[in-house]
Amino acid sequence: MTKVILPELGEGIDKAIVSYWYHKEGDKVKEKEDLVELTTDKATFNLPSPCNGVLVNILCPEGQTVHIGEALAEIDENG
Amino acid sequence: MDFKVFDLGLIEYNQAFNFQKEIWQGVKENKIPSSIIICEHYPVITLGRNTKKANIFVDPSQLKKNGIEVIKTDRGGDITYHGPGQLVFYPIFNLNNFRRDIAFFLRNLEEVVIRYLYELGIVAERITGLTGVWVGGKKISSIGIAIRKWTTYHGLSLNVYRPCLLNFGLIRPCGMDIEVTSLEDILGRVKRDKIKNGIVRKFGEIFKYQGEKR
Repeated sequence: MTKVILPELGEGIDKAIVSYWYHKEGDKVKEKEDLVELTTDKATFNLPSPCNGVLVNILCPEGQTVHIGEALAEIDENG
Repeated sequence: MDFKVFDLGLIEYNQAFNFQKEIWQGVKENKIPSSIIICEHYPVITLGRNTKKANIFVDPSQLKKNGIEVIKTDRGGDITYHGPGQLVFYPIFNLNNFRRDIAFFLRNLEEVVIRYLYELGIVAERITGLTGVWVGGKKISSIGIAIRKWTTYHGLSLNVYRPCLLNFGLIRPCGMDIEVTSLEDILGRVKRDKIKNGIVRKFGEIFKYQGEKR
């Protein structure tokens, strides 16, 4: 299982809010394809999928705050 | 190296948005240099990803009657208003050619406005925890951006002429009870072209654009 982690975003930003999931649990996802949109400090940005697989677990639903280094979702590469 | 500058004049929000996406595509692929789009919008209220409905005080049908559109956008931030008399700058920058750092980009946007206003003799400031630029506790510039594939769109607005402030009363800007101000309120009459050129020059000084990396 591969965890999707919120990466470093730059000085002074330590968290973001999940604003939009492009996929739902059970969807096949591709490496580098947009997975989720996040909002921080008046910016929106997308996080790509780190690998090919199946999105098995969304750990942070839309509206939830996630901190740098925390996991947003789990992807099963053998799915 | 200079940014490519597009001055669209007074234009509908959606039309300018489509143009932004077109330029974004080219900048993302390094086919055109990082660009700055300048325009003014017909009256429009735009909602960012964080907007709550309660931040519009007036019935949507009332707004429509007054010719004010309400548009949901994919930028960060809360609700804002654009209208004639307010200059809007959309920096379409490929951050791969600068720094892949969202905070760096946002702070530099504020820096562009703060340093330019200083040149005009206005002391402007940031307020901790709030994005945007303020003069004497009143907001003069709003910021809301989007980044996709490390290339930016949306941007900043600067209140230039007083009439553009009137319609801010219809909303709770940025979701807060704040006051807004304009360059005209502070300096009297100023020329559009001077402001446009000045802001573009500051973008060059602060972002030190070197062209596309190969």
